[in-house]
Amino acid sequence: MLNRRNFLTAAVGVVAATGLAACAKEDDSSSSSDSGSGGGKKLVLGFSQVGSESGWRSANTDSVKEAAKEAGYTLKFSDAQQKQENQISAIRSYITQGVDVIAFSPVVVTGWDAVLKEAKAKKIPVVLTDRSVETSDESLFVTLVGSDFTDEGRRAAKILEKVLEKAGHKGPVKIAQLEGTTGAAPAIERAKGFKEVMDADHADDWKIVVSQTGDFTRAGGKQVMAAFLQSNPDIDVLFAHNDDMGIGAIQAIEAAGKKPGKDILIVTVDGVKDGFIAMSEGKINAIVECNPLLGPQLMEVVQKVKDGETVERWIKTEESDFMQDQAKAALPTRKY
Amino acid sequence: MTTTSRWRALTHHHLFWPVAVLVVLLLVNVPFTPDFFSIRMTDGHLYGSLVSIVLFGSPLILVAVGMTLVIATGGIDLSVGAVVAITGALTCSYISDQADQNALSAVFLAMGVGLVAAVVCGLWNGFLVARMGIQPIIATLIIMVAGRGVAQLITDGKIITINSEPYKLIGGGYWLTLPFSIFVVAAVVAVTVALTRRTALGLLVESVGGNAEASRLVGIRSLRIKIMVYVFCALCAGIAGLMISSNTSAADGNNAGLWIELDAILAVVIGGTSLLGGRFSIGGTVIGALVIQTLTTTIYTIGVPTQTNLVFKAAVVIIVCLLQSPKFRAKVFGAKFGSKSGATGGGTSPATPAKTATTPEAAPKMEVS
Repeated sequence: MLNRRNFLTAAVGVVAATGLAACAKEDDSSSSSDSGSGGGKKLVLGFSQVGSESGWRSANTDSVKEAAKEAGYTLKFSDAQQKQENQISAIRSYITQGVDVIAFSPVVVTGWDAVLKEAKAKKIPVVLTDRSVETSDESLFVTLVGSDFTDEGRRAAKILEKVLEKAGHKGPVKIAQLEGTTGAAPAIERAKGFKEVMDADHADDWKIVVSQTGDFTRAGGKQVMAAFLQSNPDIDVLFAHNDDMGIGAIQAIEAAGKKPGKDILIVTVDGVKDGFIAMSEGKINAIVECNPLLGPQLMEVVQKVKDGETVERWIKTEESDFMQDQAKAALPTRKY
Repeated sequence: MTTTSRWRALTHHHLFWPVAVLVVLLLVNVPFTPDFFSIRMTDGHLYGSLVSIVLFGSPLILVAVGMTLVIATGGIDLSVGAVVAITGALTCSYISDQADQNALSAVFLAMGVGLVAAVVCGLWNGFLVARMGIQPIIATLIIMVAGRGVAQLITDGKIITINSEPYKLIGGGYWLTLPFSIFVVAAVVAVTVALTRRTALGLLVESVGGNAEASRLVGIRSLRIKIMVYVFCALCAGIAGLMISSNTSAADGNNAGLWIELDAILAVVIGGTSLLGGRFSIGGTVIGALVIQTLTTTIYTIGVPTQTNLVFKAAVVIIVCLLQSPKFRAKVFGAKFGSKSGATGGGTSPATPAKTATTPEAAPKMEVS
């Protein structure tokens, strides 16, 4: 009886494990085969994505797939489901298959040296997207295509100046900050960039009175903001590290009987569609864009790298800032 | 001596320590938020810290109540977080497909679809645990891991935003000036208490948790009881999933209810239910869930730096768990408590040995049950 039970446990464990592994396996994107001309060998790009944890990320994935299709490349796409080991095994399989270029968004910053050295030994150039890695050998990857999170923080502070001016706010400014997931690069760097500008230009009049993590989620933003409003009822400005936390906070502000965008001015980062909807309703005052649609830029870089041209170490994504009056015009163009 | 015995009866009540911790945590907030206990009317509903604690704590209370019964049978359910995500995802994606998102019939149907999915998850867990004899921690791990993938499949990896006033009521709306979720929680808790304490059901659950084989031999259908508690737990998680997605009017397959299973288990333990199974306290669990929610709110209001959030939370939880342990209390507070209550009654010396003498006796007894 006991043996049989153990056996069953083990069997289910094995089945579950294989099932999970199967999910993590790469799928040759369907977009690859149906485009391009018959003649000439197509460029093969192996792309390993972090996962599909947010709307931002799925827009990023779609952009890469579409851009590859338009450029006529064969795209081998794999989803690492937020696990480094999946990503490493995907990159290894790309090396074995002998793809022309490997691109990936690293799940974490460290631990990539071994697999990147294997790629280098096979002379396959590696391009990072969205996030960077820390390595002992700078030659292990060619370039990074992605956003400058610190600059996004600086831009948020700069646009807040405009927002305050427009709202006619005078005197000291009490700021509440909703941070992203503790330890995540965008959270650390957005806070750093914002503080940089604040310390340099507004050391006297701006003050961050409360700052907590809302984990980049709406529920987190709502709950933390509700607590902020209790402990600091006189908050003037909210700076949220992404739109989703901002949207959650808006609901908390409304529940407290205040008007988001008027009683409390709100600046967020990202620029997802729901953020723009909130901004067009006058509930968010300004959005600093963090563009996930870096597919076309990535394909450009991939071609250059393949042709042996030298590229910059960091190719920054094209991004813009949006004020409330631009929201309605920009809304139809938001894809994600 | 009556004050002494009353005091001792009070401190020995199984809810004394959880309630004490809750009160202390609430009081800690006062210096940081001077009007912490004040409740005022805003836009036709009550507003204040206490109201938000109950509002944001409702999903956790529900999940923890379901978890209590599972733990009482000696099991554990790790899949509740994923069930929360699946229910929210299914319901919101159904509502978002409707032409009129405010139509009551569509909202009820959507909630029905979500809850049926939750019950199916519960049946699956119960089937694996009771019929297949798989360890509960492994059996429920399957949905914990795979369920979140299913939720993301339903939402297509995106956050589904809906705009439905009736659906907003269940987790974010107000009724009779109170958050509607309070009424839902009250109803679920009342039904659970009535079913487990007014009928023999609670006794049967405890009996299965104490010894499933012996229970079967005396004629209790222990397999059926086990399947039932997993289904009930999943149903509670499903209602919590409706609340969480309704609170933000959005379904987030990736983050909704993330790690809520661990908070729920913690709430059950703080409430004094033994993880070994065989005895449970619904009231304790509700207090435990409120302790956790108050702790979370406290962290936000007293300005603990983000990097040390979890350390702070862990420190408080360790203290709470130690306070719950009769052995620890006997070692640290035993003498102190004895002398304090003894002083009111008369001499110090007779109270102290009496206290230390009774506690070691009580401790092993609790382990057995």
